[in-house]
Amino acid sequence: MRGVSKDGRWHLWPILRGSPPRRRAPQDDVRCWKGKTVSARRIFARPARFAAIAPYLWMLLFFLVPFGFVLKISLSQTAIAQPPYVPQFDLTQGWAAIQAALAELSLDNFKLLISDNLYVLSYLRSVVVAVISTAILLVIGYPIAYGMARLPRRWQSVAMMLVIVPFWTSFLIRIYAWINILQHDGLLNKTLLALHIVSAPVVWLSTDSAMYLGIVYSYLPFMILPLYATLAKMDPALLEAASDLGASRSKAFWLVTFPLSLPGVGAGVLLCFIPIVGEFVIPDLLAGSDSMMIGQTLWLEFFTNKDWPVASATAVVLLVLLLAPMLIYDRLQRRQLEAR
Amino acid sequence: MAHGLKKLSAFNITALALGLAFLYLPIVILVIYSFNASRLVTVWAGWSTRWYREFFNDRAMLDAAWMSFRVGVVSATAATLLGTLAAVALSRGERFKGRTLFSGMLYAPLVMPEVITGLSLLLLFVALNAERGFWTVTVAHTTLTMCFVATVVQARLSALDRSLEEAAMDLGCDPVRAFIAVTLPLMLPSIAAGWMLAFTLSLDDLVIASFTTGPGSATLPIRIYSEVRLGVKPEINAICTLIIGGIAVVIITASLASRLSSARGETAAPL
Repeated sequence: MRGVSKDGRWHLWPILRGSPPRRRAPQDDVRCWKGKTVSARRIFARPARFAAIAPYLWMLLFFLVPFGFVLKISLSQTAIAQPPYVPQFDLTQGWAAIQAALAELSLDNFKLLISDNLYVLSYLRSVVVAVISTAILLVIGYPIAYGMARLPRRWQSVAMMLVIVPFWTSFLIRIYAWINILQHDGLLNKTLLALHIVSAPVVWLSTDSAMYLGIVYSYLPFMILPLYATLAKMDPALLEAASDLGASRSKAFWLVTFPLSLPGVGAGVLLCFIPIVGEFVIPDLLAGSDSMMIGQTLWLEFFTNKDWPVASATAVVLLVLLLAPMLIYDRLQRRQLEAR
Repeated sequence: MAHGLKKLSAFNITALALGLAFLYLPIVILVIYSFNASRLVTVWAGWSTRWYREFFNDRAMLDAAWMSFRVGVVSATAATLLGTLAAVALSRGERFKGRTLFSGMLYAPLVMPEVITGLSLLLLFVALNAERGFWTVTVAHTTLTMCFVATVVQARLSALDRSLEEAAMDLGCDPVRAFIAVTLPLMLPSIAAGWMLAFTLSLDDLVIASFTTGPGSATLPIRIYSEVRLGVKPEINAICTLIIGGIAVVIITASLASRLSSARGETAAPL
């Protein structure tokens, strides 16, 4: 264990500020003759770069290019046709036809999103739900990750395995498991009635509490794992030093452990917050139908109303909303994987 | 070493125990109730395998399971190939043109809401005039899961000691041979873990599959979802138990295999 490096590698600010501080690994290696080491890396890098070609083209075609279509269709109008929108671009029709089609594009769908309360409220609800559930996840996940990091080393990998396994089992199954428990005559109500805590069955399903429970349950491993990763790397000598200098346990925690775990907090928070904003399955199955999150609205527009242009516009706005957190996440991820 | 400070407190133990109970209890209850003889999911009427027989006679459900299995195998294999290549390029390729865009495209799908990925891929398939069904779902899943594979493999590659490769080259290997002889065997546990992660993610995905599939080719999660919307059915408990059992077997095998293959006794965590 190397502990915490002096350049503040585990501090959050460099991540938010700009390029990650790179560790000079090859030159540090004293076993190798300096010039030789560097050149070996360079020679190795050349064929390694060629490996990028296939995945690069794949991601361009199936990840980046599709956003162009989303943007284009968000500017189109609904039509009863196959596919259900106009204008269609037909490159064989010549330049004039393309120009005519371009002129038909408009911002009407976006005006609708702003003017109709349904959409504005959906976006708001999504962000509020994501903020609240991420906060709950952090409060629950931190003590668990902290406990894991303090286990003896061989128990740590067992505990990590135990946290990861539910993540591998199906998402849908885990939500379904909760429906089993929360339904009207489910196990929870039966237990509460048997213990005389309540006198009549409580409605759990189709409520916001059920939805929050489902979200917290599903995303807990995503919060625990990055937190654990930073907490486990922490040098115990730091806490020893803090206590030598007279800090109490709680003071040492807030002055040493917590600030040093901030990158893990950042990763966990983003890893949960971003997907929760666009969540569809959990609110659809567990929350009531009176107010919708934006993922549900998009789904409804697409599958029920068959309004592809409005669904696309909804997606574009959602993407713009999530752009900033996603860029920060991208930076964190890069530091994690590339700056070692 | 500060043994006294590393000691577990009662608070630590309670947090861990409660956390694990919270994670596992619902799954355990689901599994137990899949063996319930009663049609009412909530009334316990003794042990029975009735709902498993029911599942094996449910043609539509079996078709969906078979579809999911095929999509999972093909997309996980393609994703492992592409994801591993991407990981090698990112961790060994030093700097190259468009690197930032490349890694950005690989990390974004990990957090991107699935409704966006699903919708955008569908619009692409419509524009390409591709017939929707097995292949469109497979391509969509490959796109999503190769990013997870790339992350897992890249994490392993960054942790590998590069002087091994350099030693091989000092001894006269060209880079490609050094890679195949030295790096690749060390990467294998993470590549295997990547494949399994890709497979389970594909088996699990509802949203992207719903967008990109066509009529008549529903995957297992799509069928389960439409049943779950109508309420709890013991047959669904049985299917879920089978899936959980299958995944558990795969994970245990994998962790045993990686423990055997890692010479230093280090555990190659799947993620």
